[in-house]
Amino acid sequence: MSTLNIVLGGAAGQGINTTEELLTKALKQSGFNIFATKEYMSRVRGGINTTTISISSSPVRSYREKIDILVPFTKGVVDWTGGRLSEDTLILGEKYLEQEIPDGLTHVIVEIEKLAKELGNKLFANTILSGLLFGIVKADKKALKKVVEKKFSSKGEEVAAKNVQAAEKGYELSETICKEYDFSFEIERDSSVCEDIVINGSEAVALGSLNGGCNFVSFYPMSPSTNVAVELANMAEEMGIIVEQFEDEIAASNASIGAWFGGGRGLVTTSGGGFSLMCESLSLAGMSESPVVIHLAQRPGPATGLPTRTAQGDLNLALYAGHGDFPRVMYAPSNIEEAYALSTKAFDTADKFQVPVILLTDEYLVDMYYNVGTLEVNDTVDKHIVEMNSDYKRYKLSKTGISPRGIPGYGEGIIIANGNEHDEYGDTTEETGLTTAMQEKRMKKLEGLKDEALEPFFYGNENYSVLMVSWGSTRDTVKSLVDKYEDKGLAMLHFSQVYPVYDASDYLKKADQIIAVEQNLTGQFADLIHRELDIKISKRILKYDGRQISEEFLEKELSEKGVL
Amino acid sequence: MAKQSKLFDSDRPKSQDISWCPGCGNFGIRNELMDVLEEMQYSPKEVAVISGIGQAGKMPHYLEANGFHTLHGRSLPIATAAKAVNPRLEVIAIGGDGDMFAEGGNHLLHAVKRNPNITVIVHNNQVYGLTKGQGSPTSLPGMKTTTQPWGVYDEPMNSIALVVSQGCSFVARTFMGYKEETKEIIKNAIKHVGFSYVEIFQPCVTFNKVNTFMWYKNNTYFMKDHNVMDKDQAMIKAFEKDPYPLGIFYINKEKPCFDNHLPPYKDSAEPLYKREPDFNKISKKIELKRG
Ligand SMILES: Cc1ncc(C[n+]2csc(CCOP(=O)(O)OP(=O)(O)O)c2C)c(N)n1
Ligand code: SF4
Repeated sequence: MSTLNIVLGGAAGQGINTTEELLTKALKQSGFNIFATKEYMSRVRGGINTTTISISSSPVRSYREKIDILVPFTKGVVDWTGGRLSEDTLILGEKYLEQEIPDGLTHVIVEIEKLAKELGNKLFANTILSGLLFGIVKADKKALKKVVEKKFSSKGEEVAAKNVQAAEKGYELSETICKEYDFSFEIERDSSVCEDIVINGSEAVALGSLNGGCNFVSFYPMSPSTNVAVELANMAEEMGIIVEQFEDEIAASNASIGAWFGGGRGLVTTSGGGFSLMCESLSLAGMSESPVVIHLAQRPGPATGLPTRTAQGDLNLALYAGHGDFPRVMYAPSNIEEAYALSTKAFDTADKFQVPVILLTDEYLVDMYYNVGTLEVNDTVDKHIVEMNSDYKRYKLSKTGISPRGIPGYGEGIIIANGNEHDEYGDTTEETGLTTAMQEKRMKKLEGLKDEALEPFFYGNENYSVLMVSWGSTRDTVKSLVDKYEDKGLAMLHFSQVYPVYDASDYLKKADQIIAVEQNLTGQFADLIHRELDIKISKRILKYDGRQISEEFLEKELSEKGVL
Repeated sequence: MAKQSKLFDSDRPKSQDISWCPGCGNFGIRNELMDVLEEMQYSPKEVAVISGIGQAGKMPHYLEANGFHTLHGRSLPIATAAKAVNPRLEVIAIGGDGDMFAEGGNHLLHAVKRNPNITVIVHNNQVYGLTKGQGSPTSLPGMKTTTQPWGVYDEPMNSIALVVSQGCSFVARTFMGYKEETKEIIKNAIKHVGFSYVEIFQPCVTFNKVNTFMWYKNNTYFMKDHNVMDKDQAMIKAFEKDPYPLGIFYINKEKPCFDNHLPPYKDSAEPLYKREPDFNKISKKIELKRG
């Protein structure tokens, strides 16, 4: 076995997260690759949330639904995960769950609650469970002990010691049941993994932004974008940055424009509903040529939609938000490494071209985590600003459309920024010549931006007949299918920059069949390709139930389309 | 209008092509503001005037100072942030009564609460000027307008009471026709550390035939022996009308100032554009994720 999928399922507030945290940290420390993704309900208590933890001998980046081991913490979990269970699934749960288990599935009764009480507190259950799962994959006992000690050390020696004891109890329990039921999950370890970092999408966006020189963060809370703000707020003191929760998204996005105007590097983090409120300020950024970086973590819409689920439905919103014509850039990171790198890049692009840059992630990406080698840190930030002379012109006409941007107080001159149409100094104008010239000047930047557009990621059979076109967080899941079916002439073209789109006509024209893979109802990116590159993609695999596209889903859809 | 201050009077090609109607109160406010800045010995590069939309909002174009003519109602979050990243800048936000109370009402409430060290000047002409004479949040009942042909019937917004009730750090009202007093009030507002709210009555000679220059003269008076530290007293004064009291209503020295709590300035007052990120600290944050 190379990859094991463990699913923990329970009500919000039951401590799944504790188990998940202990388990994944310790597993990584023992030399396993890990990958975790969750799905949860929009409620603070109750309901059913699940976390899928993949443990593997090689790096895992894609999502599989299949469950090898299910640990239900409460009634209803088995039913909730129903479609993902098979005869091979092992269910580890308390006795009272027995009547819920359908015939033909293996249920191993584990009396963790009882054990926890014996140890003195039912709160030990999560640690026992971590020990149990840890033992099942025969991971390094010492690593678990270390992680547990560290996690509980702040609560005093006694609590820490008790928890270590609980973890050991769980480990012992695993040995008995593995013997009794005769199962073993042998996964090869790789000691180099121990040195990896473990990071989630939100943290990657937060750290990537800091690496891009971000020093001002404004937001209004909205799932699933808030964790980026939480991360940065917790680092604000140490990093010496400003993080402010504003009264609404209108204020947050305008504040960011004000921060850039004053010489800061602002980040706004939001989701679709909040971004809707920012359309007005996006226009202001367009007209005043203010750099802006907006992280838009997508969830299903319209309106409040499914607050805690995932989607790629906000592409059109981000693409068309704001009235009038002005250029913008839209990155859509595929995974954690890219979430970090493109968050950094977003600041440079915004600053260099003085345009809004929108970073489109989604719930799946910001909440997922896995181990990676490292993330490169810059040693400098290019600030594209100038010292103003006494005749400084904020909107000086230029060949590239870019005029040198000054900062109030920097140099002898002054700067006038304006959301009304303006002359080169920034003073309001209604003259036809200037009005035309200024619009063209702003739009000129699009040429430079196109030249710098990120090349899409091509992968698969060089002589492909079927080309899957995807964007954003689906990349590595699509890639797993290409790996599996390359011999059937399958390849993929994945875009991490969705606007302006890199001219990939050559790739697209070579295919017998192009299939767009997207997580929205209509195929928004396929339509964009049609508009931008004049290539029609009529075959589309679309998922819009708020759940991430999985390998199984994609495989089924491709075979229904006759590709496999 | 005669030029008052040389320093803050711009000579950009469009800046003397002032689009306000002859006789408009905006001219007086402009002159008072330019004088104050010069008298306080600011240089244009040290000042940023951030405005919303409306006739009052055009101010940055008629001054020699940094400026940002933003969107209707949005000057306050923009001014707050510009000050936060560039603390040496003297930031003044400017807008009309529609701009600050209607479209920007929520921002005003929260700016009072957040208390950044900026000064806001509200040109209150009790009407919408730029959009040609509709009723504003402060129009008096009975005033007939193009869009309220039956006459405004609702109670005008009491912005002084509103901001005093929220413990605003500095609250004053004046009439632009009282030049010296107005200058004195603006000076005090700029000097005050925290959010300074200055409302200036201003005649709109074109659309407001009720609240004329003479009306403001006849219906206002400067408060005497008023204790600016006394919130209850300020609240009572805020509700007075016919005549309307002018002067400083309230100064709240207790309110924590937003800018004083910003992490970047613990050890240095250097504006953020002069700084580099601490990449070592970012590396350390990443390193911690190995554990
Ligand atoms: C979002 C938005 N809504 C409406 C307008 C139209 N508009 C421009 S100025 C204005 C009102 C101006 O009144 P006030 O703020 O009192 O300023 P004054 O012109 O009287 O100085 C309105 C409604 C706009 N520019 N933007
Ligand atoms: S319309 Fe009124 S406020 Fe506007 S410039 Fe004319 S007089 Fe002044």
